Amino acid sequence: MRRWLWPLGIFLVLAVFLGVGLTLNPREVPSPLIGKPAPQFELPLLHDAGKTFTQKDLLGKVWMLNVWASWCAACRDEHPVLVDLAKSGVVPIYGLNYKDKRPDGVAWLKRFGDPYVLSAYDEKGRVGIDYGVYGVPETYVIDKQGVIRYKHIGVVTPRDVKEKILPLIAKLNENT
Amino acid sequence: MIPELGQFALVLALTLALALGTLPLIGAAKGNAQWMQLARPAAQGQFVFVAIAYACLTYSFIHNDFSVLYVASNSNSALPLAYRIAAVWGGHEGSLLLWVLMLAGWTFAVTVFSSHLPEDIVARVLGVLGLVSIGFLSFMLFTSNPFDRLLPAAMDGRDLNPLLQDPGMVLHPPMLYMGYVGFSVAFAFAIAALLSGRLDATWARWSRPWTTTAWVFLTIGIALGSWWAYYELGWGGWWFWDPVENASFMPWLMGTALIHSLAVTEKRGSFKSWTILLAIFTFALTLLGAFLVRSGVLTSVHSFATDPKRGIFILIFLVLVIGGSLALFAWRAQRVGLGGRFEVVSRESLLLTNNVLLLVATGSVLLGTLYPLFLDALNLGKISVGPPYFETVFLPLMAPALFLMGVGPVARWKQATLPELALRLKWALGVAVVSALVLPLVMGKWTPLASLGLLLAVWIFASSAATLSARLKQTPGALGAKLRAQSLSYYGMLLAHVGIGVLVVGVTMVKTYEAEKDVKLAFGESVALGGYAFRFDAVNDVKGPNFAAQRGTISVTRNGAPVSTLYPEKRVYNVQKNPMTEAAIDSGLTRDLYVSLGEAVGDNAWIVRVHVKPFVGWIWAGCVLMALGGLLAVFDKRYRVAARVARERAQTAVAGVAS
Repeated sequence: MRRWLWPLGIFLVLAVFLGVGLTLNPREVPSPLIGKPAPQFELPLLHDAGKTFTQKDLLGKVWMLNVWASWCAACRDEHPVLVDLAKSGVVPIYGLNYKDKRPDGVAWLKRFGDPYVLSAYDEKGRVGIDYGVYGVPETYVIDKQGVIRYKHIGVVTPRDVKEKILPLIAKLNENT
Repeated sequence: MIPELGQFALVLALTLALALGTLPLIGAAKGNAQWMQLARPAAQGQFVFVAIAYACLTYSFIHNDFSVLYVASNSNSALPLAYRIAAVWGGHEGSLLLWVLMLAGWTFAVTVFSSHLPEDIVARVLGVLGLVSIGFLSFMLFTSNPFDRLLPAAMDGRDLNPLLQDPGMVLHPPMLYMGYVGFSVAFAFAIAALLSGRLDATWARWSRPWTTTAWVFLTIGIALGSWWAYYELGWGGWWFWDPVENASFMPWLMGTALIHSLAVTEKRGSFKSWTILLAIFTFALTLLGAFLVRSGVLTSVHSFATDPKRGIFILIFLVLVIGGSLALFAWRAQRVGLGGRFEVVSRESLLLTNNVLLLVATGSVLLGTLYPLFLDALNLGKISVGPPYFETVFLPLMAPALFLMGVGPVARWKQATLPELALRLKWALGVAVVSALVLPLVMGKWTPLASLGLLLAVWIFASSAATLSARLKQTPGALGAKLRAQSLSYYGMLLAHVGIGVLVVGVTMVKTYEAEKDVKLAFGESVALGGYAFRFDAVNDVKGPNFAAQRGTISVTRNGAPVSTLYPEKRVYNVQKNPMTEAAIDSGLTRDLYVSLGEAVGDNAWIVRVHVKPFVGWIWAGCVLMALGGLLAVFDKRYRVAARVARERAQTAVAGVAS
């Protein structure tokens, strides 16, 4: 009897691994940028090509950088969450409009609401490369020293805001 | 209204599946004929209701009913009609419905083509299929309902993923699913045999045509997927060892082992418990494939939108079905016995060796596919396993398997001798060695791998010819009579083996001799590659039904003589907006010319990628030959004669009772 049980035993071990695998998220790739200073950039604004924005302007503040685009369907799902978060005033959200057309981006914000203090316009996606963007939307939390503390790939859900982002921001704001 | 009808039909189908999965099995165990006879009508009713549900979803797609969430997510009013029909299986829920439709269809087919089988076996086979069906139907109804409404309705749909808007992709999933689902019939026969305790060779004969049919579909499905990746993804690869490709390849390898093992069990009565185990494993791997694709445990280009609930459901189902079967196997297999004896040198042992090689190959693909998950689960870090691993592991396993493939058909059952084999195969071996040494030189570059690949391919061709000529010598009569005297399944075997050889030629040639270049070309400029000149003439804007494209024109010449004009495209689909590369290919018997457009550089120059791929078409031609070989074997009249004899016997028995 025992030798006929081998297939069953091996299968059950495999099943346990598959079960553990379900609790993990293969897309949660640790970003090498976490704990590093946010890459430098200086970009024109989406709404005003004459003005520019650089991440240095925000030294001394805890802030969020959200990468978005009007062509990105998932951004639309995420958008109400950002609008709510912006209304609460807990953290300033800055947008990085990624590989978009200027009129499309402006129209999109007009239609769905604008949670951003301002949006920088990254037409060619060069800044996106520095930040290791590989799918839009992506969201970064940057502390007062200009160091990236958190990176979120994909849609930010209300649960992510409540369980990850808000506690982190509260903590970062305490450390002066 | 229509979507609700569809959902209701699914519920009714589930009810029938519940009846089918329980009553006939109990009836067969207790010898209750009435309960056993419920199996056929329940299975047929289930098929009818699943078909109604499928028709309802198709109706919603054709009529652009964007109040159905699944339709709104996977279609668009501008989508051409053919693609709207195909979009039914463009996402998770609908493809699951297609899967269930096919499962119900195969079950229905068993009810039709099983008149020669004993009633209790039919009841058990259909009952096991009913149990599988319960799992899939409740999976769909509880976690992935394709008929969920979206209220208020969307103005327009989010469109079918542009990657899927392609004829190859339209056919790829149905073929693949036919294969996957077909193996559940083989599984059901194996379990029925275990349950009945009648583990003689007959169950192997019953399940052989079903298993081979499933294998044929799976072969075509995988080949279509590979061909599609080749011309659609725009960089000329044809196999990527992606987790989901592996998920379809593993059942194929195991299924290949299974059809060979079934042959031995049927003809020689050997390998009985081994064959049952292979049938269970093959089916388990199709379920594992469904789990990997639909649960999101691995990242892959194929993944459907994922939801942990779905993963848990399939995992529980997998544990119940496969764990249960393996426990049943452990309980019953000791009674099976080992069957007919055979010597170390015999066709049996050659087939067994090949079986083991295929099993180990499957295991190594499984290990490579799940290794990232194992490491992650043990908290040892995140990695990905790529083609180098698979190629390193696969070659040493496949090379001996391909060599033995040439020997097997020549060897005698039960006992063969090495001198006899050597005598029969010396010409084949000689031809193979000479070709391996010379052919690479003719192609212009000699490498060990090219030589090995050609050695194996020519070996397969030559040894197949050797077995055919030996067979013909033994048959009396004129050549025509000799040829007609061989069975269809024998020709099927030869054709499938030659198909493998053709595939090996394709793979070897492409790996060794392909040439490619990424170049910046201004209009009017040319690039030379592999003896061909590619001139980049122009790029024009064109409009498709639901996309806008930039179409390049590239003229190909060889020594100044025109060969072909190719039109690669860059498309942007109106709804989803992601740019798609449409490669242009000039296919030929001995080479493909393959060009795709990269990015525009300035106003009148582009990055253009050109490939010359020798013999690449042989890869898919080989698969087609394998599938044809399988088909020939399925249509072997032996099965039908055996079926007719059994039916007549059953009828005389009934008549005897009546009189």
